[in-house]
Amino acid sequence: MKNYIKFLPFLAFGLMACEPELDQAIEENEVYTAGEADFSNYVALGNSLTAGYADRALYIQGQENSYPNILSGQFALVGGGEFTQPLMADNLGGLTLNGNQIAENRLVLSSNAGEPVIPPLPITGEPQTEITTKLSGSFNNMGVPGAKSYHLLAPGYGSLAGVATGQANPYFARFSSSENATVIEDALAQSPSFFSLWIGNNDILGYATSGGTGVDQTGNFDASTYASNDITDPNVFAGVYSQLIEGLTASASGGVVYNIPNITDIPFFTTVPNNALVLDAQTAVNLTGFFQAVAGIFTQGLIQQGIPPAQAQALAAQYAITFSEGPNRFIIDVPVTPSNPLGFRQMQPEELLLLTIDQGALAQGYGSVALSPEVMQVLGLLQQGGTPTQEQAALVLDAVNGIDDKDALDASELQAISTARTSYNATIQGLAQANGLAFVDANGLLQDVGQGVSFPGGTITSSFVTGGGFSLDGVHLTPRGYALVANETLRAINLTYGSDLPEVQLGTYGTIYLSDNVN
Amino acid sequence: MKNFLISGLLLMLASTLAYAGGYRVGAQGQRALAMGHAGVGVVNSAETAFFNPSGLVYLEDRLTISAGITGVFSNVKWQNTSTGQFAETQQDPGTPFYFHAAYKVNEWMSLGLSVSTPYGSSVEWERNWPGSHLVNDIELAAIYIQPLVSVKLSEHFSIGGGPIFVTGNVNFNRNANRTLTDEQGNRSNITVDDSGVTNTGWSASFMFTPVEALRIGFNYKSEILLNAEGGEATFSNFPNSTLTPQNGTTAFDATLPMPAELTIGFAYEMNEKWLFAFDYQRAYWDVYNSLDIDFADPNVATSVNPRNYKNASTYRFGAQYLASDNLTLRAGYYFDESPVQAGFFAPETPRNDANGFTAGLSFQVSESLAIDASFLYLRFKEVDASYDSYTENGQSVPFEGTYKSNAFLPGIGVTYKL
Repeated sequence: MKNYIKFLPFLAFGLMACEPELDQAIEENEVYTAGEADFSNYVALGNSLTAGYADRALYIQGQENSYPNILSGQFALVGGGEFTQPLMADNLGGLTLNGNQIAENRLVLSSNAGEPVIPPLPITGEPQTEITTKLSGSFNNMGVPGAKSYHLLAPGYGSLAGVATGQANPYFARFSSSENATVIEDALAQSPSFFSLWIGNNDILGYATSGGTGVDQTGNFDASTYASNDITDPNVFAGVYSQLIEGLTASASGGVVYNIPNITDIPFFTTVPNNALVLDAQTAVNLTGFFQAVAGIFTQGLIQQGIPPAQAQALAAQYAITFSEGPNRFIIDVPVTPSNPLGFRQMQPEELLLLTIDQGALAQGYGSVALSPEVMQVLGLLQQGGTPTQEQAALVLDAVNGIDDKDALDASELQAISTARTSYNATIQGLAQANGLAFVDANGLLQDVGQGVSFPGGTITSSFVTGGGFSLDGVHLTPRGYALVANETLRAINLTYGSDLPEVQLGTYGTIYLSDNVN
Repeated sequence: MKNFLISGLLLMLASTLAYAGGYRVGAQGQRALAMGHAGVGVVNSAETAFFNPSGLVYLEDRLTISAGITGVFSNVKWQNTSTGQFAETQQDPGTPFYFHAAYKVNEWMSLGLSVSTPYGSSVEWERNWPGSHLVNDIELAAIYIQPLVSVKLSEHFSIGGGPIFVTGNVNFNRNANRTLTDEQGNRSNITVDDSGVTNTGWSASFMFTPVEALRIGFNYKSEILLNAEGGEATFSNFPNSTLTPQNGTTAFDATLPMPAELTIGFAYEMNEKWLFAFDYQRAYWDVYNSLDIDFADPNVATSVNPRNYKNASTYRFGAQYLASDNLTLRAGYYFDESPVQAGFFAPETPRNDANGFTAGLSFQVSESLAIDASFLYLRFKEVDASYDSYTENGQSVPFEGTYKSNAFLPGIGVTYKL
């Protein structure tokens, strides 16, 4: 009997190998099909959105939740290969160049005694990602934070030497194949069998997030003269985009492209309302009185310059802004023009304030008037029918504290953005159709988020911090937001290529990150 | 041996894997197990101490001892075709054991002792698998210690029973929810651990022998609630934030029930070579309504995990054949109804209805010593199931998928007679 007993361990071992078999096992590739597409070597091109940038930084956890990485996980079910990403060195996200920090750590939501602290702050820690430490090999995720359309074709965009001089991109410099390499070359060198391209956001976003301080370069076809806050000429965009598509479709079995969302669906531009000037009854009366005084003083000034009184009154009337108890729209500075010689006005309903505006200053009169005692004194004098001195009049006009151009997008800036974006999107959709590519209406998708997208366990909205769709920088998406993009992409791919890739569960992807490790 | 001792309690969530529904592991005697784990009417060794204590008085030897150990090799695969996710459990063999002894005091009374592990479970999924918010791993074991007395009231009728002392251990880990991580990206998780949880119950049985060839048995074990009080809950990988629980330990209270179990059945000795046995068993699982873990830290909400088990039946059939003077062959089958109801299929107890196929043999080495071997193959149908009681933001977030499981339980033991 002993002879048999000693075989028992082998028997036990054998039993461990007797695994149950599912009738149709996902693991054995028995469930899904790829359709006409070949996902064996998927390469993603784009900007920060493609890289998985979030919370104002690129960091490992964000990269792991980039929509291309989520997609590659589903592609793997139908023959997709390994998907490599130029992972950062840590979850802090800051960058150093020769030891000097050139990009801040990611933002986190800190707390105090169980209450969240707004605004989000950078997490503490010494970032370990030194951009001169070159990564070796090629990467399936070629998303480069900050890239505009034409950057993908620009030699030297990944030059380490160029980073210090501002001519190159630190993120691409980490993994570019050479100092002169272009993003598209490095992508095509991998002979992608399938690609994704989401580019063009930064061609308007730099302008938008700077409050429109850059230049609308429409009409200027020389992209080398553009600054980072400028709007790219739509023809330049179209030329670049068709070159990219031409190169990518040469080797790939298929691909997916994304259009450019409207900035008015992004919390960076929608969180601070333009009517957050909330007044009590007395302050409303005071402010109304102040601007009547402004109009009156300005009228007198014009008359003294020889302008006919009726004309002077008509021109000055725009400054007699009235305020009421409750919310009122702010005052913004605009360029001085003959029709607006003082260069300020009340914001219009559609105009936007940026998330980065100093909200403490807003509470102190930024966007309205600094009603100092001296100013009040002049107002009192005027009410009694007195005539202010020139200095007193100047004191009143100077008290107007309109919001600076860099903190707001006014109607003309919004128009410039909208015109460019509409043209870019026509180009993208047209080329997608012409080349039989899958097309993701990212614009429509983010509009839906604005209305709220429900899933088992919650709803994704575009509310800042709490909405779940946008990260703490108010521009880039959360892992859950990127998962939403991935699902929309999977639907578009299934539709175009006849595949039946499954979607991921949004609720299993996180949103913003909590930490009190802040200064 | 440590594995055995770990046992436990419950916790957390759950449940466990079970080889007989819920977290019942039917492997308390190799001879019975080889016959479909039927034995309420069988008198052939000290195993009777567990299956029907009243039968001990019919054992002819002064001292009878049965001891054995079983390896539980279970496999569970899960997949969700709506998302493309799949996972399987890691191999972590459980090892239920038993020691039964009977001592014949006189013709009408025997004393017995039974030590066994009728409840236990060991399930380990891949860390952070898609169901990790429900369970990453669980290890649960309870040791039953039963001093017994068996009294023959007449030639045809005996009674037996005694107290049950239980000691249990549990260790259970799961992630805090589906997404929370610390600053380094590690998933926040909670481990609940307690050992040496004790309680008592009782058993009562009778055996009716209308004719020599037929024994009819009845055995009842009472419900025993294992109350883990002051166990240790460890919170790990939570971010440094006052918006989440803090890392560290806190005490917890939880209760895991060992349900009452009633067995009736018979054994019929057709001739000198053949014996047939049938047991019907009813386990009163409805006591397992919800697993609530109450943390001592007032800032951590009680974890409520509805289980809503139902009472479940098991039908056991076994046959024994004396092949020669020193070799006995056995075979059996049982159908085991799962106590888990639709919508409550939690991955710590991924068990649906099962068919058990058993076989085994005894080899008489000497007059006093026999080796007993048994083998059980448990077959589960592929099942689409969900656990619907996990919520986020007040909304039910079902954990769904297709499960396919099997289990192999080889066992070895000895029977000694003096």
